[in-house]
Amino acid sequence: MSTVLPGLPVSAADRGAQSPFRRIVSDFLANPVAVFGLGLLLLIVAIAIFAPLISPQNPYDLAQLDVMESKLPPGSAAPTGGTFWLGTDDQGRDMLSAIFYGLRISLMVGAASTVLALIIGLAMGLTAAYFGGKVETLIMRVVDIQLSFPAILIALILIAVLGQGIGKVIAALVTVQWAYYARTVRGAALVEKRKEYMEAARCLALSPARIVFRHLLPNCLPPMIVVATVQVAAAIALEATLSFLGLGLPITEPSLGLLIANGYQYLLSGKYWISFFPGVALLLTIVSINLVADQLRDVLNPRMQR
Amino acid sequence: MLVYIIRRSMQSVVVLFVMSLLVFVGVYAIGNPIDILINPQADQIDRENAIAALGLDKPLWEQYLVFLKGALTGDLGKSFVHATSALGLILERMPATMELALSAMLIAVVLGIPLGLWAGLKPNGIAGRSIMGGSILGFSLPTFWVGLMLIMVFSVMLGWLPSNGRGPTSLLFGIFPVSFLSWEGITHLIMPATNLALFNLALLIRLTRSGAHEALQQDYVKFARAKGLTNRRVIGVHVLRNILIPIVTVIGLQFGALIGFAIVTESVFAWPGMGKLLIDSINLLDRPVIVSYLLVIVTLFIIINLAVDVLYSMLDPRVRLTDSKG
Repeated sequence: MSTVLPGLPVSAADRGAQSPFRRIVSDFLANPVAVFGLGLLLLIVAIAIFAPLISPQNPYDLAQLDVMESKLPPGSAAPTGGTFWLGTDDQGRDMLSAIFYGLRISLMVGAASTVLALIIGLAMGLTAAYFGGKVETLIMRVVDIQLSFPAILIALILIAVLGQGIGKVIAALVTVQWAYYARTVRGAALVEKRKEYMEAARCLALSPARIVFRHLLPNCLPPMIVVATVQVAAAIALEATLSFLGLGLPITEPSLGLLIANGYQYLLSGKYWISFFPGVALLLTIVSINLVADQLRDVLNPRMQR
Repeated sequence: MLVYIIRRSMQSVVVLFVMSLLVFVGVYAIGNPIDILINPQADQIDRENAIAALGLDKPLWEQYLVFLKGALTGDLGKSFVHATSALGLILERMPATMELALSAMLIAVVLGIPLGLWAGLKPNGIAGRSIMGGSILGFSLPTFWVGLMLIMVFSVMLGWLPSNGRGPTSLLFGIFPVSFLSWEGITHLIMPATNLALFNLALLIRLTRSGAHEALQQDYVKFARAKGLTNRRVIGVHVLRNILIPIVTVIGLQFGALIGFAIVTESVFAWPGMGKLLIDSINLLDRPVIVSYLLVIVTLFIIINLAVDVLYSMLDPRVRLTDSKG
């Protein structure tokens, strides 16, 4: 039992009784806005995972669609008995179901590209920081040049060269993102390299691979977690933009961007719901991720670590 | 100082050559150059003539030199769709994109810095918190969707602003076609420029706020106040000048990003700029135009980055002074 009196500041010794993970979690949960963001995010992820189970209609099943039901406003009654809560789009798809499935695709593409870019960026950044010299200069020059161009331009050109399709979109997203991770991890690794435990590891004549993976990498992770969270949101937004421009995912697997693009042509005739609701879904996803990332950044700030 | 500029310029030239090599490799070696440069509707005899004329049967390094020579003289092929010089098409549309990007940057700076300053000076008030909350919204909102919603509200529901296109243009200083000199031009410009500005607005608000927050904790502010200066002078002269240096660099760098994001805004609002041309060309497989766009953009970015670096070294006395000693 630690002697923690309510209302008085907790001393470092008492706090040290908690594991770092629990401390991070409790710091995170202290901000109500972040908790709201996290809750929203978990809800969205749950919707995406369980989409086939909770959607009123399967929007990919062409047999279920009827073009006579197209472009109905929100709240219209469906012939099968239910209600089109958010209206239907131009092919008769129920907007709510299309949004659920679209969330699924958007989240999957965002997460997959982030994970791949993280792995590649980590590898390149750690290599640059550990070996230094010419290797580092070369890798960092490439990173700098790539980061000086806007992400959307690089992604567009890659899609124009590679063609369309879900694998190529992920490849383009990975190419755009790895540079952020490489730069962040290299910065963190350079700081960690000077600490004593690294010197101790070298004195023990451990192999470079072991030093990098077992000692350097775990200590560079906190800033990476923040960058990765923000980048998931950026990847989702970028994929939506590419799909909106017609250069992203194919029509058979509509992501939220494509749904919005479908509704673009009906905007001027007042049928706003085809674009509005997928956009709101996209917005909520990105905002919740950003809220969580903001709080994570404050919590994992090394200035506040003991 | 001069040494710094010369060194950076030489680095930029190297980068330019590397990028031209990358574009060349991407288009000529990886992509099928025959499809790219020769009209896909040409028949067999025309194709063979064109291959010989374009020198596609020569070794790769020789082709690169030919490509480079063409690039330096401004000949980057003819557009398949418009049958005029590809480079000419791009340069014709550049003023429109520049107008859009500059207006967006102006909006972001004029609104962003004061708002960020306000949030930094009063971080715990209602205004400060709502400005910060609004800024998170600003860079979470997907640009193209905001554009659609703006059109929906202001053009369809309220009918105040036109939904697409550019207003009538007149010549500024006799050379640049601009549209903001007429009221009709401004009504066409307002929505796309605001849409484009949102992301940068949010970024500038956050930057200015964190800069002001940090600066207010510095000693020189304490001393200035102790000296008896009015609050307005302390903030307006001392704090502002010190936080402006990183902000100016970010503004410069973000200008390049603005030109990139303009692609999306131009597509949504049918603004006749370079970005819309690029999207149309990608969809129509008009590859000479894509290549020209790439080269123009790369050159533009390299010039912008160089200018920002030089500007930063001029503004930050620490860089300026240490450099002149060395």
